[in-house]
Amino acid sequence: MSEKLFVKGNEAVAMAALEAGVRCYFGYPITPQSDIPEYLSHALPKAGGTFIQVESEIGAINMVLGASAAGVRAMTSSSGPGISLKQEGISYMAGSELPGVIVDIMRQGPGLGGIDASQADYWQATRGGGHGGYRIIVLAPASVQEMYDLTMLAFDLSDIYRMPAMVLADSVIGQMKESIVANPRPMVELPAKEWAVRGRQEGQAQNVVKSLKLGDGEMEAFHWSMHARYKELAEKESRWEELYTEDAELIVTAFGSTARISRTAVAMAREAGLKVGLLRPITLFPFPAHVYLALSQRCKLFLDIELSTGQMIDDVRLSVARDADVAFYGRPPGAGSLPTPEEIFQQIRKVYP
Amino acid sequence: MKQVFSRPLNLKDVQTHFCPGCQHGAIHRLVAEALHDLGIRDRTIGIASVGCSVFLYSYFDIDVVESPHGRAPAVATGAKRARPDRIVFTYQGDGDLAAIGTSEIIHAANRGEDITVIFVNNTTYGMTGGQMAPTTMPGQKTSTSPAGRDIKNDGAPFKMAELLSNLGGVAYSARVAVNSPKNVLQAKKMINTAFRYQVEGRGFSFIEALSICPTNWGMKPLQANQRLTEEMIPYFPLGVYKNTANL
Amino acid sequence: MPHITIDQERCKGCGLCTIACPKKLVSMSESPNSLGFYVAVFSGPEQCTGCAMCAEMCPDVAIAVFKERTP
Repeated sequence: MSEKLFVKGNEAVAMAALEAGVRCYFGYPITPQSDIPEYLSHALPKAGGTFIQVESEIGAINMVLGASAAGVRAMTSSSGPGISLKQEGISYMAGSELPGVIVDIMRQGPGLGGIDASQADYWQATRGGGHGGYRIIVLAPASVQEMYDLTMLAFDLSDIYRMPAMVLADSVIGQMKESIVANPRPMVELPAKEWAVRGRQEGQAQNVVKSLKLGDGEMEAFHWSMHARYKELAEKESRWEELYTEDAELIVTAFGSTARISRTAVAMAREAGLKVGLLRPITLFPFPAHVYLALSQRCKLFLDIELSTGQMIDDVRLSVARDADVAFYGRPPGAGSLPTPEEIFQQIRKVYP
Repeated sequence: MKQVFSRPLNLKDVQTHFCPGCQHGAIHRLVAEALHDLGIRDRTIGIASVGCSVFLYSYFDIDVVESPHGRAPAVATGAKRARPDRIVFTYQGDGDLAAIGTSEIIHAANRGEDITVIFVNNTTYGMTGGQMAPTTMPGQKTSTSPAGRDIKNDGAPFKMAELLSNLGGVAYSARVAVNSPKNVLQAKKMINTAFRYQVEGRGFSFIEALSICPTNWGMKPLQANQRLTEEMIPYFPLGVYKNTANL
Repeated sequence: MPHITIDQERCKGCGLCTIACPKKLVSMSESPNSLGFYVAVFSGPEQCTGCAMCAEMCPDVAIAVFKERTP
C-alpha cells in the first residue's frame, strides 16, 4: 500500500533506505544532509537495524565497508568535505567489489566553502573520486520523489553489479519538501552474496574480501573485468528524461536542481514559439551517451546548464555528434547564484539558432 | 608416541613471508590457538590491516576482510554490528593502530565494541623499511629519525595498553611479549582471555604484543630479542591493565 | 623417549629456539637448507623432556614435539 507523504528530500532518502532494507547506517553530521542521520537515528533502530553517529566520515565509510563485506545492506551520507574524506574507503570498496550506498548532498566548495547548493562535485562523483581508476554508479535525483525512488534503485544496482552506488543531489533538493508516493520496495532478482565473509565452516572455502592483487596478470584482468562491467551498466542501466526533443532545434541539458529550473525555462521557450527540448540524465554514471549521440544526429545545438563553471559539459561534448555544438551557461555555486527560469530563458534566446 | 605440540588447524601450513626471527609468526600462532581452544574458528572473521601483517588471509584459514590503513577497528565495527553472532578481531601494527588509525581505535574502544584487537608493537614501521613509529623509543635510530628519536621534536612513544585502559568502553587491556618461553605461555593465556571477553559478550578487548624486527633494527634475531628484553619491556611493561570481569 | 622434529623447509634459522631449550639441545646447522637458511638442528634425544619450549618460541611453527603417552 503506497503512502502519500509530504516530506523533505533528505527524509525521502532515509525513508527509502529503510524500505530497501538497509541494516546499517554510519554517518557524521554535515550541512546540508544532517536530516538523514537524524531521521535514521530514531527510525533505523526501531526497524531492528544499527545506527551509529561515528567519529568521522572516514570511520563511517570503513564501517560501511565492514558491514557490506559481511553481506548486509549498509549506507553512509555526507557532503563535499566528507565525501573527500571517504575517497580512500570508496576506492577500497570498488577494488574489493563491495556494494554500498553513499549519499552526497552537494554544497559549495572547495574547502569549507559554504552550505548553498552546488553541482561542482560532478567530477568528484563520476571520475572515481579516489585512486586506482574505478567508477561508481551515480544517480542524480531532480525531485523528492526521485530522492526516494533512486535511493532504492541505488541499493539494488549496487548489489547486482557489486560496486558502490552514489545518490548525488544538492542542498536545494535535500532541503525542499514535496509530495511523494512512498512506493514499496520493487521486486528485483538479487544475486546471493556468496562472496561475503561469514565465518568459514568446516568444508567451506575461505572467503576473503580484499583489493590487494599482486599475482602476475591479476590486476590487469581485474581492470578489464571492471571495464566490461561498466559497459554492461551503460547498456542496461542508463536512465534519462527527455522533454520535447522530437522536433527540437535546441536541447537544454542539465541534471538535478538545474534541470528543474530549466524545465520551466523550456516551457517558457515553447510558449514563445521556440522549438526547445530538455534532456536530463538521471544516471550520471553510466552517462546516457547514446541518447546524446542519437539526438544530435538531428539537433545540432545543446545548451548545458550547471551550477558550476562546467563539469558535466565534458561528458556532453564527448557524447554528441562531431558536428553538434554545445553552448554553456553556468553559475558557480554560492549564496545567491541559483539561476531563475527567466535567466535561463534569456540564455536560450541568446543561443537559439 | 603422542604429538604434544603441533600447528593449530586454522594456521595454514605455508612458508610465511616474515623475516627470520620476526615474532608475527608466534603471535599469529597464539591467536590461532585461542580460536581453536575456544571453539570459535568457524565463526571468526579477521580484519587484516596494512603493514607486515597484511597477508593475514594467507596464514589464517578463516574469512578475512582487508581494511584500509588504520581503519580496521571501524571495519571491524561494521562487520560485528552487521553480524553480532560472529567473532571479529583486528590484527594491526604500530603505524596502523597508533599513527593513522588513532581515531578509529579510540572510538571503537570508547564505544566498547564487542571486538578483539591484537596490536603488534615492534617500535618501527616494518613493511615500508624501518621508519619511525609512534612507538619508537627515545634515542632509537630509524630511517626517518637518523639521529635517534627526539622527544622535543617527535613526542614520546605511545603506551597504547595504558592509554586504552582509561576508556570506559574497554573491558580488557593487556601487554604481552613472546621473548621467552615463560612470556610466550603468559601471552597465550592473555590472548585466550581477550577472546573469551568477546565470546562471553563482555566488551572490547585489547592485546598489545611486543615483537622484535631484526631486519629494520639492523640486528640478528637473538640480538634483537635481547633488545626487547632489556630495553623495550622496561619501557612497555608487561601485564594486565584492565580486567573488568576479572577473567 | 621424548623428542622434537624440526621442519627444515620451514625453519628460517632465527635461532630463537636455541635460547628456549632449558637443556640447550638445539643448535644451528653448519650447512644451509634449500632456501639458504642455516637451520636449527636437534642434538639431544636422550635428554629431551618434551617440554615444548622450543616449539613455543619458534615463530615459524617449524617444531613438532613428541612425548610418551602417560599411562
